[in-house]
Amino acid sequence: MQHERAAVERVFREEYGRLIASLVRRFGDIDVAEEAAGEALVVALEKWPESGVPPNPGGWLTTTAGNRAIDRIRREKQRDAKHQAALMDYDDTPHEPTGPVEDDRLRLLFTCCHPALAPEARIALTLRLLGGLTVPEIAQAFLVPETTMAQRITRAKKKILAAKVPYRVPEAADLPERLGGVLAVLFLVFNEGYLATGDGDPVRAELTGEAIRLARILRQLLPDEPEVAGLLGLLVLIEARREARVRNGQLVPVDEQDRAGWDHALIAEGHGLVRECLATNRPGRYQILAAINAVHTDAATAADTDWSQVVALYDQLTRLDPSPIVALNRAVAIAELDGPEVALALVDRLPLEGYHPWHATRADLLRRLGRSVEAKEAYDAAIGATQNTAERAYLSRKRGELV
Amino acid sequence: MTHYLLAVHGPTEMGEFGNYGSKEEMEKAFADTGAFNDKLRADGYWVFGGGLEPASTATVVDGQAETPVMTDGPYLETKEIIGGFWVIDAPDLDVALKLAAAGSKACGGKVEVRPFAGLA
Repeated sequence: MQHERAAVERVFREEYGRLIASLVRRFGDIDVAEEAAGEALVVALEKWPESGVPPNPGGWLTTTAGNRAIDRIRREKQRDAKHQAALMDYDDTPHEPTGPVEDDRLRLLFTCCHPALAPEARIALTLRLLGGLTVPEIAQAFLVPETTMAQRITRAKKKILAAKVPYRVPEAADLPERLGGVLAVLFLVFNEGYLATGDGDPVRAELTGEAIRLARILRQLLPDEPEVAGLLGLLVLIEARREARVRNGQLVPVDEQDRAGWDHALIAEGHGLVRECLATNRPGRYQILAAINAVHTDAATAADTDWSQVVALYDQLTRLDPSPIVALNRAVAIAELDGPEVALALVDRLPLEGYHPWHATRADLLRRLGRSVEAKEAYDAAIGATQNTAERAYLSRKRGELV
Repeated sequence: MTHYLLAVHGPTEMGEFGNYGSKEEMEKAFADTGAFNDKLRADGYWVFGGGLEPASTATVVDGQAETPVMTDGPYLETKEIIGGFWVIDAPDLDVALKLAAAGSKACGGKVEVRPFAGLA
């Protein structure tokens, strides 16, 4: 029974984004869609363990949830005439198979990642409505109380309804900018999973996995957008190293990782995506980041890394995004190519005192230059600026090794 | 269609040329705003709009008691106030945001976009 319940919940979770997206299109209301989906799950939990999972579970859930929503709207219409005036018109036509760009999930993704919503609300809504994560799961992932997360999501949904945030894929002229917002949300979800900000689990595989799942869906829906391929390539190339990245509770930097522990299927997929981007030749931020990670994962040992290629890619990225964070990452590669002294001069110029990787990078460069006293200070600053347990453990070990 | 308030935020303190740096800037903003208004009307978004006199000309009235109480000045003491506004009728927020961006550029101020819960 427990096993069957888990199986039903797994199917439900897989189908959730598609289910909600089609219900939102049909009924024009996110709350109605969520409630109807929840009721359909209850029915599925009753029926499926006895009758078995239907051959088309997504279709079954959509039909069941749709019927529940109509029942509810009819009940409310009879009960409350005043309410009736406020109800939206619902589209009662059967679900039609649609082309990729017309997919309801894509519309919903653009609604959830709308620039008029607060960035943290975009992330929460995307995980809730497309990822099918529960509010407690999202609250836990972002280390905020459940009530806070619930309020954040409720507030965003209310704004979508009241301010009429459209449920639509933006027109071609607006697509690149709006798509950038969607990609940024997926990258943030991934990063939170890859290096969690809090002092709980240092790596949260459920978040990296969810970001990749959503990026794969986006790639299916927008196969001709190179930045989508770039983001997916970037995510799988980082994810491929996840298992090798933490050992005994300590972060392992890329040059010390056991490369046999990397996921070579993911690396092959990532390299394929990067090659595809190169052939398309419409470079962008995520494609360049993916290419940098392709160089890292292409080397048999850390010493074989083609650092001049990495620096060249960072130069290209700097032209698109001349931010100090890009400059910091470029300096890390410069240290391998031109030595730590050259790199330190670049790093020291950057206004990143509040950014813990800046302190960690300075610490490492100072250590390599034999400037132990300053290195210790920099390690202390880096340790003080991060809560991630694996990163703290790594930085503390490095600091302890200094004489 | 939804009605939106596009409220222009500006400083409470006005100089010789309103909140503009020079006579030329002020005249250009007036001309650009006039052209933006004409376009709103031509495209069918216009409901109502106008610029407000400085906050120092405001009077707050509390009519909840038997005799109304009048107070000189604006209700809130803030550094920024609403200097003018439009009410538009637009199909969705994306359209309203685009119009707000054009209006902001024309009048030279930040614009807050807020949906009406309803119109009387």
